[in-house]
Amino acid sequence: MITFSKQQLKIPQLQRPVYLVTAGQSKFDRAFPDKRTEELCIDAFTMASRLLDISPAELKRYIHSCYYGHFADHFGDQLLGESVIHDRLGLDPLGNVGVKTGGATGGSTLWEGMKAVASGYSDCVLVMGWERMDEVPTDEGNFLISCAADKDWESPLGHIYTGYYAVMAQRYWQIFGKSEDSFRRTLAEISVKHHGYARFNPYAQSPMKLTVDDVLNSPVVAYPLRALDCCLMSVGAACAILCDEDTATQLTKNSKNKPLRVYIAAGSHTLRPADRLDMAIPLLPNETAEQYKDLGERFPGGDRYPGFTGFLAARIAAYYGYGMAGITDPSEDLDLVELHDAFTISDVQTYEDVGIRPYGYGRDYVESGDCYHTNPHTGQPGKLPSNLSGGLIGCMHSVGATGIMQTFEVASHIWNRWDELHGDEKVWQQFNREKPSDWTSLQVQGARRGMAISHAGVGSHVTSTILMDPDHLIK
Amino acid sequence: MSMFGQAFVKENKYKLKGDFHHLTPNTPIRNADDGWKLLGITNPREMTYIHSYGGEAIFFESLSQGKLLATRCDNAGCDSKGTIYIPFRIHCPDCLGKNTVIDLTDEAKKSAKIHTFMVCERSGAFNILDKPIKFINIEFDGVATILMSYLSLGEPKFAMRVVPIFKTSGPTFTILDLSWVPEGTRKEDLPEGFSF
Repeated sequence: MITFSKQQLKIPQLQRPVYLVTAGQSKFDRAFPDKRTEELCIDAFTMASRLLDISPAELKRYIHSCYYGHFADHFGDQLLGESVIHDRLGLDPLGNVGVKTGGATGGSTLWEGMKAVASGYSDCVLVMGWERMDEVPTDEGNFLISCAADKDWESPLGHIYTGYYAVMAQRYWQIFGKSEDSFRRTLAEISVKHHGYARFNPYAQSPMKLTVDDVLNSPVVAYPLRALDCCLMSVGAACAILCDEDTATQLTKNSKNKPLRVYIAAGSHTLRPADRLDMAIPLLPNETAEQYKDLGERFPGGDRYPGFTGFLAARIAAYYGYGMAGITDPSEDLDLVELHDAFTISDVQTYEDVGIRPYGYGRDYVESGDCYHTNPHTGQPGKLPSNLSGGLIGCMHSVGATGIMQTFEVASHIWNRWDELHGDEKVWQQFNREKPSDWTSLQVQGARRGMAISHAGVGSHVTSTILMDPDHLIK
Repeated sequence: MSMFGQAFVKENKYKLKGDFHHLTPNTPIRNADDGWKLLGITNPREMTYIHSYGGEAIFFESLSQGKLLATRCDNAGCDSKGTIYIPFRIHCPDCLGKNTVIDLTDEAKKSAKIHTFMVCERSGAFNILDKPIKFINIEFDGVATILMSYLSLGEPKFAMRVVPIFKTSGPTFTILDLSWVPEGTRKEDLPEGFSF
């Protein structure tokens, strides 16, 4: 049984407030035969400066240190890739550091940048992430990804990461899904939703108009997960600029961007799911121990926590993050979320880990329509829309960039700039993509607060990045 | 003449024999849509790594001898005293003391059952298991962890009793030397090279 000390459960404190003032991203795609990684990073950076209505050179003058997220050196076949990008961005001799935490790399890189500003080390930092996943074919890519499992105990078992999630899907489906076909259809609905939202995002790699049956008839990768349950393998870059209050005010004075308060927290858990020890469920502010007392009776087998059905790292990241930001109920306090839908099953698991639904009831977030921009059952705005970018399933999973892309997506809603960034005909043309005739605004009206969850491995690292309009802080 | 890279250790130093890399020429990548202009280059690389199992070596050696080892914290001052780990953990994650190696083979034969499973139709490069691969996660009485492995015969089901089998003939000295079959499987039905 794992227990935590009082010291370990301390809510993180920042020495001063930190703000996100702008962000940018490249086009995302499976391959860029005509572009080097630095070109994609420069695309992201110039977009970030454009959103502040200043030149890249002017923005660079404010930057004091740099944080680079690039997970897999073996994918891009370049050690010290951070140094290459830093030089090409013309940011020498500023200090920089590379961050690598698997799928959570983007979120962890933001975490490092936030701490640099909060501590006073820097007043303005660049956070940039990217991944180059097109230098090997897909089979070899799957092998390289599987190297993020334990190389002696797990990776040789098929060299495919989907398998490690499929065992969780099977267990979750049996316990909390009660082996019902309807649960499997709910998983498929997530893929339909995310590929569907990607249709309205010119940056997205996999826009598709699908039905639940399309997902259920797609090829099996690792039963019960099928090809359309899985995230993409992508290339692309994303960046964000984090500042203290004075710098944020200066940088945004001529811009539509409002500085957004940012709180980021992180959690971790074993690389091997095999090593997860039994423990009591750590509670979030909107939960009580009482509500989980009979979990094992309601869902036989569900009392083993986190077992193969929960992600302790996500729960801890939410616990710290909510404490920092003053969130007591994510469904009430947040207006949108971007979750780490590496697979449809991990999306559902995360609903519970971050307290959008209690353990055992994640499916209800989808089935109720709450997770949609527009609730399909009521025609009214969804209570807490998720993954309007298309997520990792529809938009991209260019690993080092993913958590930053998600954060940018949340920010674009709070800035009320989603339509401008996604609907501009010129962007669609520039990316050689066709804007659909039924293009629909997914702007969350009146968005004040949002959260992005960045997640690695089978839950080895998770970060929660919470953005708030400073006029709508909770504490 | 080329031979696979091989290594052994003498006086705590690696002694290497054979070729640890092979040279293959680069080839240009050209754009068929734009006058076959140069876009890039292939970078072939075949290389053999030298990997130490360290304190886990005894586990992998024992598989080839038909034994399943685990470890246990026996530190009287540790809150986790008595906790049994498989995957094998060299040190207790709580007190960081050295764990005791124990033989779990008989317990596995008596109590192993499937916690969860999946059937894998696709694999990444370098996979050597036959597809579909039946991944199983196995729980044992009195053990705190849930081991990932694969089922060699039959169809996996929740709570199904399984027993370990070991590649004692022609072992690979990897985790693939351990597999599982349904309880009651006959010896003559085991895959080639495996025994109970």
